[in-house]
Amino acid sequence: MNIIIAGCGKIGTTVLSTLASEGHDVLAIDSDQSVISEITNIYDVMAVCGSCTDCETLEEAEIAKAELFVAVTGSDEINMLSCFIAKKMGAKHTIARIRNPEYNDRSLGFLRQQLDLSMSINPDRLTALELFDVLKLPSALKIETFSRRDFEMIELRLKPDSALSGKSLSELRSKYKAKFLICVVQRGEDVFIPDGSFVLKEGDKIGLTADRFEIQKLLRSLNLLQKQAKNVMIMGGSKIAYYLAKMLVSAGSSVKIIEQSRERCEHLAEILPKVDIINGDGAQQELLLEEGLHNMDAFVALTGIDEENVLVSIFAASQNVPKVISKANRPEMASLAVKLGLESTVSPKEATADILSQYARALQNSLGSNIETLYTLMDGGAEALEFNVKNDFRLTNIPLKNLQLKPNTLIAGIIRGRRPIIPGGDDVILTGDKVIVIAADSRYQDLSDIIK
Amino acid sequence: MNRRMVIYMVGQMIKIEALLFALPAAVSALYGEKCLWTFLLCAGIALVVGFAFTLLFKPWNKIIFAKEGFIIVALSWVLMSVVGALPFVISGEIPSFVDAFFETVSGFTTTGASILNDVEALSRGIAFWRSFTHWVGGMGVLVFVMAIIPTVSDRSIHILRAEMPGPIIGKLVPRAKKTAKILYLIYIALTVAEILFLLCGGMPLYDSLIHTFGTAGTGGFGIKANSIAGYTPYLQWVITIFMVVFGLNFNLFYLALIRHFRNVFKSGEMWCYLGIILTSIGIVTANIYSMYSGFSEALRHSSFQVASIITTTGFSTCDFNAWPELSKAILFLLMFIGACAGSTGGGLKVSRVIILAKTIKRDLHRMLHPRSVGTVRFEGKRLDESTINSVTSYFAIYVALYTLAFIFLCFDPIKYGIETNATATAACFNNIGPGLGFVGPASSYSNYSDLSKIVLSVAMLLGRLEIYPIVFLVSPSTWTKR
Repeated sequence: MNIIIAGCGKIGTTVLSTLASEGHDVLAIDSDQSVISEITNIYDVMAVCGSCTDCETLEEAEIAKAELFVAVTGSDEINMLSCFIAKKMGAKHTIARIRNPEYNDRSLGFLRQQLDLSMSINPDRLTALELFDVLKLPSALKIETFSRRDFEMIELRLKPDSALSGKSLSELRSKYKAKFLICVVQRGEDVFIPDGSFVLKEGDKIGLTADRFEIQKLLRSLNLLQKQAKNVMIMGGSKIAYYLAKMLVSAGSSVKIIEQSRERCEHLAEILPKVDIINGDGAQQELLLEEGLHNMDAFVALTGIDEENVLVSIFAASQNVPKVISKANRPEMASLAVKLGLESTVSPKEATADILSQYARALQNSLGSNIETLYTLMDGGAEALEFNVKNDFRLTNIPLKNLQLKPNTLIAGIIRGRRPIIPGGDDVILTGDKVIVIAADSRYQDLSDIIK
Repeated sequence: MNRRMVIYMVGQMIKIEALLFALPAAVSALYGEKCLWTFLLCAGIALVVGFAFTLLFKPWNKIIFAKEGFIIVALSWVLMSVVGALPFVISGEIPSFVDAFFETVSGFTTTGASILNDVEALSRGIAFWRSFTHWVGGMGVLVFVMAIIPTVSDRSIHILRAEMPGPIIGKLVPRAKKTAKILYLIYIALTVAEILFLLCGGMPLYDSLIHTFGTAGTGGFGIKANSIAGYTPYLQWVITIFMVVFGLNFNLFYLALIRHFRNVFKSGEMWCYLGIILTSIGIVTANIYSMYSGFSEALRHSSFQVASIITTTGFSTCDFNAWPELSKAILFLLMFIGACAGSTGGGLKVSRVIILAKTIKRDLHRMLHPRSVGTVRFEGKRLDESTINSVTSYFAIYVALYTLAFIFLCFDPIKYGIETNATATAACFNNIGPGLGFVGPASSYSNYSDLSKIVLSVAMLLGRLEIYPIVFLVSPSTWTKR
């Protein structure tokens, strides 16, 4: 598929590297020649130097042949304008990054319709949503949602005292009545798709799916439950903080935002009347303690500087705040943070790249591939693929225990209608279901490929 | 440096070369020559070496940077020439290894300089291999490797850039692999076209293959002692036109293929290249008019020689050594200009000459008006200072290495004069083939000493790979861990 990406900043570069590695033909547009030469040196993509609102540049990029045009420059207005021009010049689908809350809150629907945008993305809101999911269920490191949020996989780290460690999966199944499935285990650098004889160890990171209504009960019986974060402190009054605070407040939590700039504080106080806005430097430990860091259920560091976020988060964790999440835009920083003991990090550019590559896959799907969507799990060690089930006598109407799957492959979920099923050995796949397959070694193109 | 990846890629290249031996082997089998066994033996050796490299040095990671790109290309070309020289030595047709190496380097670098005094004595299989090296070297063997093996690395652009000639190398399409494929498809299509045109003119199939390989790679190895002189005027014109065509930037053919004719006609390099050719033909025709029986003959000879020299091919239809000094001087200058960037030709490249001229103009202006702000534009785009700098420093190192090789030749015991030594160096360095004086189209390089032949071989590699890869290959800083 021909994809054009306008704007090669942090997000643009992440998106183009993801899409290029998935086999799309990617062309990048940027107005900075040095950025262009850097990109063509590192990634297998083509690049055009010029303004993405300039018809001549777009023509040089062969816009008329593009299936997808993504505008992710720093300016919302340029993004919208270039998508508008691109659409008029023949691009089939256009996506613009629109991050200004004023556009997002009030006129987004109107703008999208008038500019004929296929999608608008707001990395800040996406990140806030990801944070919100985790704060709802703080025991999880991360929550992956599949199939339009109908199906969830929770990532957990096994603590030394966990009831799960030292047990094999078949033991656990008979011990706990609730229906659940451990889909994927990361131990050190290795990623496993476990079978019944697999024994869990402390320190493992596991991916767990369970029935949505039973998950609280299950986590409680596993001694893993932490209650929803009611008191949240956010350091840095960025746009992400704004969206997150709004979501948390409407879910009934109390939120405190610490922000350095007086002006920004006043603006936040105006648009977030129910939130405590504190004007001060969040890097000062004194201030954090004074504002009651000890009594917080969660601390979220969202300043623009990765290093500051990580360091202050380490301090918060040392003060026994139960859940600490740090924003780390650079992947190197995120993996360092994990080494330093911070389990949860979020990255706006990863979140955006995920959404965009999902969109690209869905587009390709309409061009003939069977994969509905594809998600990477456990730092890329495994993949979750979502397939639409067509009528296939080798798969449908056969109890799962009788299916001979290839090694390191697992059917993690079946979605019938919009109802998720956690599959057991007696469940069957029916035509018209959606199936979520998790695989560690191989990338499948079709559902029938998973059988031996 | 990622040494395993370098050796792995070189191994892949040697395996491809083993496959390439199949063609001359088939030709020998067809004519029932015993050099069939030579080629099979060489293919066997190449396969063993290739597999040894790729199996023993499987890379742990496939990340390559500009440095690895240069070294992969330089090492591949040196080893490729060593392996390619084996058939000449094993078959006994060129017994001296240095001579065989010179001949093979001359083939792969599409120079066409020969140490053979009697070309017609070669067996058909060996002569076929000798010309086929032109075709392979013209577009570049690593470009071929990239086109056919699965994508090796996201950064394979570094290899493409190190092997393709020209100051600015861009991709035609987003994928490097697909770009390599498109380039080869255009190359093959043009090759087939020329073969058909030659067949139509009554040239035997074997001869047309040989001469097409020589034209396509802008090489110049023939199978006749008097090169193209013995063929009909029609055939000479066909070769003239195809030499000019293969000297054009291949990007233009792609643009024409996707029907962007407007961009083709906007190409400043193409017009400049054609302008230089037409002007030179005009002057040379007027200058040699009296030597030939009529206007058409003079025009044919001047066109052929001008096209042959500027595209760095090296075919000839007459002994231009006997031409007046003015014509010889023009040909000597054309040697340095060379063909367009992104073509199969050698030399300095027309685009570099244009950029140099424009830079000089700007800098002269700046001397009179120190506060003036000027930009250098090329193909409708502003060039950034780093590109201009790279072109000027390329020119400096080009002149320096040319001088060095020239001085070296003056120490040769054979004691040819300045004319011969200067043109021999130019003809090898710019991948042309025949020079003037004792290395003119009617004679060969066989009288030079072994040492001089090696210096000239290195000069040919320097010229084909545009200097840097070979320089980095021998510079110690590449190999130390710093």
